[in-house]
Amino acid sequence: MTDVLTPFLAATIRTATPLALAALGELLVERAGLINIGLEGAILAGAFGSLAGAAAGGVLWGYAGAIAGGVAVAALFALFVVWLKADQIIAGTALTLLSVGATGTLYRAIYGSSGAALGSPTSAPFAVPLLSHIPIVGTAFFTQPPITYLAYALVPLIAWWVRGTHSGLALRAIGEHPEAAEVAGVRVQRMRVLAILSGGVLGGLAGGTLVLAQAGTFAEGMSAGRGFIAIAIVVLGRWRPLGVALAALVFGAASALQFAFQAMGWHAPYQLFLVVPYLLTLAGLAGATGRTRPPLALGKAL
Amino acid sequence: MSLLKQFFFFLVGVAVLVAVTLGLLLVGGFPAEDALIALWNGSLGSWYSLTSATLVRAIPLMLTGCGVAVAFRAGVFNIGAEGQFLAGAAAAAAVALALPHGGLIALILSLLAGIVGGGVWAGIAAVLRARFGVLEVISTIMLNFVALHAVSFLVRGPLQEPSHIYPQTSSISEALQLARIPGAGRLHAGFVLALAVLVACGWALRHTAAGFRVLAVGENPAAAESAGQIDALRTAERAFLLSGAIAGLAGAIEVLGVTFALYENISPGYGFTAIAVALLAGLDPWRVILAAILFAALEAGAGAMQRDASVPATLVSMIEAMLILAVIGAQAVRWHVHQVPAVAAISSAKVRG
Repeated sequence: MTDVLTPFLAATIRTATPLALAALGELLVERAGLINIGLEGAILAGAFGSLAGAAAGGVLWGYAGAIAGGVAVAALFALFVVWLKADQIIAGTALTLLSVGATGTLYRAIYGSSGAALGSPTSAPFAVPLLSHIPIVGTAFFTQPPITYLAYALVPLIAWWVRGTHSGLALRAIGEHPEAAEVAGVRVQRMRVLAILSGGVLGGLAGGTLVLAQAGTFAEGMSAGRGFIAIAIVVLGRWRPLGVALAALVFGAASALQFAFQAMGWHAPYQLFLVVPYLLTLAGLAGATGRTRPPLALGKAL
Repeated sequence: MSLLKQFFFFLVGVAVLVAVTLGLLLVGGFPAEDALIALWNGSLGSWYSLTSATLVRAIPLMLTGCGVAVAFRAGVFNIGAEGQFLAGAAAAAAVALALPHGGLIALILSLLAGIVGGGVWAGIAAVLRARFGVLEVISTIMLNFVALHAVSFLVRGPLQEPSHIYPQTSSISEALQLARIPGAGRLHAGFVLALAVLVACGWALRHTAAGFRVLAVGENPAAAESAGQIDALRTAERAFLLSGAIAGLAGAIEVLGVTFALYENISPGYGFTAIAVALLAGLDPWRVILAAILFAALEAGAGAMQRDASVPATLVSMIEAMLILAVIGAQAVRWHVHQVPAVAAISSAKVRG
């Protein structure tokens, strides 16, 4: 059993890591009352940035490049949404499109017209002493690339910050009732820009994870819808960090299930597993009515 | 705005487009002259490329763009045209394969299946929004993925061609294919159908009570309810269904007029480009016709640029994105200057949770 279970859990964590990072960033943005569909673009820009950074100076520079890519897209989103007060959905859609075009064009312009795969240095898994020796789950959870541990750490950190600090309260306030928050002395615009940029940092890191901890290369459109999935994860996790982490694990497990089933010799249509998380999200959204709700000002311009 | 003024703005837009493309080509260090010539030849430069490349590609963009425009006008953020297109394509293919003997009635049934497929796919999100307050932005994105995987399942399962080698359906019988327009290459009757739908939609928005209700609800649902005694929820719901039905029709026409089979990548993202098309057209179905042809020309030309001048076709996504950003940027600036909302329906999201 363990010969199936351990790879299954490891695959779950591997898939969940970038999703959790991106979703935690989007959580901050949505708590501030905004929806950034451009997250997909931020992940892609982060992936490309990490390739450029890693090619220049190794894995750490790769992550720096990832952050730069994600922040660049987020900054454009902030420019259009906070400063120009453009519609969030439209700006986000356009930025995702821009990111797809820009990364694809730059990649071929810099690394050759064939679009051939280019290797990037990757960060090796790091086995946490003691914890990685726990039977079954130890290897899966604690022999992972360092970025995964950052994701672990961010969950309680963001939960504490949003719930327990003054600035976290201000963030929630501008997501619920920006006018009231403004009157109470919160600098709404600045807070929203900061939330968007933080979302860009985490979205970029999610893209960096794909290149530096998993694929070891960049491919056009390699974000493959993860930004949209992350947005769903935020909703499924009901705008709470722990919920978001669990929802990311559910998505990870659902896509890892197909490999586990193949390993056990069961033949079910694999699309069934791929579709489960989306159906679950829809059911979760419908069921969430009445008990939890999105931030009140979500999606509205101020 | 007078027609002459509109035409002037269109020309300015095209000029800006050419300038931006040229700029990107020069910055990227590509052979700009060769690239522009290839872009022109591959899109509008000959009768063959105009009809067989550009206009054939414009048909799905016209319809999905119209669907997006109708929904956005009603204040419904339907990001799911892609999924609705796929649902329509799958439904039309299933019906067409079940009626191999063809005939006009079978063709009409297949098209209707597409309309119903797209409508049902949008209907799921519409019900979730009306009954459970689920944001349609998120539900339609989820349903895009579900549709993608559902098509993948269908073409590897129940609808796969009999030899079970290729992940696609068998070919739709010739008796069911949309007729080619004589003398216009690969251009088929779907173009006329799409034109008719867009003209009708634009006319209905301008001149009918239902169209007025859609616009009123999109501008301000509360005012429409109190001053106009309009059922805002129901109006938005109907516009949502209609937008899905139009996108579904696009899928059906693509299957019956171009691909003649269902397979996984039947849409190269028409439903997403549709959003750009609708926005560039100012959410007006009549102007969607021009915007769709413009985008179709760009994408047809991009293919030629890649072949003849090794310019990455992804450059066009960048140009499209910059066009949208320019449009919303210009709107925002106008708003700042005049302090009047330019297009209220798209400059404020009316999300009711």
